[in-house]
Amino acid sequence: MRMPGCEQLESCIQCGTCSGVCPLSIYMSHTPRQVMALTRGDFKREVLHSHTIWLCASCYACTVECPQGIRITDIMYELKQRAISEGVYPRRFPIPVLAHEFNAMVQKHGRITELQLVIRMFLKTSWVAALANWRLGLDLLRTGRFSLLTERIKRRGDIARMLDAVDGTKGRS
Amino acid sequence: MKFSYFPGCSLKGLGRAYEESLLPVMAHLGVELEELDDWNCCGATAYMAVDEAKACVLAARNLALAERSGMSQILAPCAACYLVLNKTKHYFHDYPAMQQTIGRALGAVGLSYRGATAVRHPLDVLINDVGLEAVKQKVERPLSGLKVATYYGCQLVRPYATFDDAWNPTTMDRLLVALGATIVPFPLKTKCCGGSLTGTVPKAGIRMVYILHREARKRGADCIATVCPLCQFNLDAYHAAVNSRYGRVVVPTVYFTQLMGLAFGLPENRLGLNRAAVRFAWRPPAPVPASRPVAAPPLAPV
Repeated sequence: MRMPGCEQLESCIQCGTCSGVCPLSIYMSHTPRQVMALTRGDFKREVLHSHTIWLCASCYACTVECPQGIRITDIMYELKQRAISEGVYPRRFPIPVLAHEFNAMVQKHGRITELQLVIRMFLKTSWVAALANWRLGLDLLRTGRFSLLTERIKRRGDIARMLDAVDGTKGRS
Repeated sequence: MKFSYFPGCSLKGLGRAYEESLLPVMAHLGVELEELDDWNCCGATAYMAVDEAKACVLAARNLALAERSGMSQILAPCAACYLVLNKTKHYFHDYPAMQQTIGRALGAVGLSYRGATAVRHPLDVLINDVGLEAVKQKVERPLSGLKVATYYGCQLVRPYATFDDAWNPTTMDRLLVALGATIVPFPLKTKCCGGSLTGTVPKAGIRMVYILHREARKRGADCIATVCPLCQFNLDAYHAAVNSRYGRVVVPTVYFTQLMGLAFGLPENRLGLNRAAVRFAWRPPAPVPASRPVAAPPLAPV
């Protein structure tokens, strides 16, 4: 797949350092090393449909450890962006849903109100998971850590105008 | 010493205690913070996952606002904000296409960015601008006997931090030692806390929290000190979830700024200590009454 940063993949020696330092590789259907190989080999479908890319928590451990200097975390981001733009991300998997709701909220208000964000994510994924967290929610309300008011900036129109001006342009390439 | 203060969404919500402790501590040290007017969300990891160019534009608006207000430095206490703002700066300088996109988007709302604003973290400022000697002079109630596991998490030191090491950061260790605390060896100091996975994929997220809790306990820590609102939230609020999956491990988790406030003798109720799910009950020993003069220990040569 052609993406910024992917020319770096040519130098990947498949050593597995990324998979070794990744705190989440044990939950991944394809480990980071495999994702790098699949991306380089143009196995687009396997990579973009996988849950693996969404499990990456962006901790950058692989990026600083890679002996070839490949910016693996950024490649994971590229793959997530591609999966979203091609509409092939797993629809009810909470991670892309959270990303989607997060962005919608930023575009509308300019800031995030965590309580509302979490409620939206649970509404679109699983009610059961929301119920399992009721005690945590109460705790956060009790300690005043959940804002009930919506956080927003003053010049909200600016956000829309800026993002409109970006529409359609790619960032680095 | 004056900074444009970029709190980010977390410090107004889940991480409120971080702001509550940071502001009085910085004021006590004479660091002036002026909140950036009309700042917006940095985009965190979520926006970057959807659209890279837009994510950078969102972050760049804050850099441009700071530049317009005549401030040369932004203070970003949240590790995610710190990373995203720095990443945007890197992309701005490294990729001409990105520079153009940012310039065009900012231009649409009458802003511009030249790329000068420095993005700093409080730890960086405390160690390199304020200095440990100045911090030491403010200590009224040393944290004697407190054993701390210093936890830096991931996004502060990887991949853009310039002030500390990505593998074995020590700035917080040195700071807390200056306050009189004891640092326990904590090899997981930069291991990821799970981020938002505690909410989205609990099976994975809760396990990551548990691993950190257990290690801190094993090392004999009385508490974990954090520099990031999401780390603090995960390590504090998911005790019950860890308990039901793996058994009982209790480790209070505090912001390093809360420990600074306690050591400086600032009023406890202004440090946000009441906001934690697992209360941090430890308090510094009462100061010895100054009845007999004690000779000051000689300063170590620098």
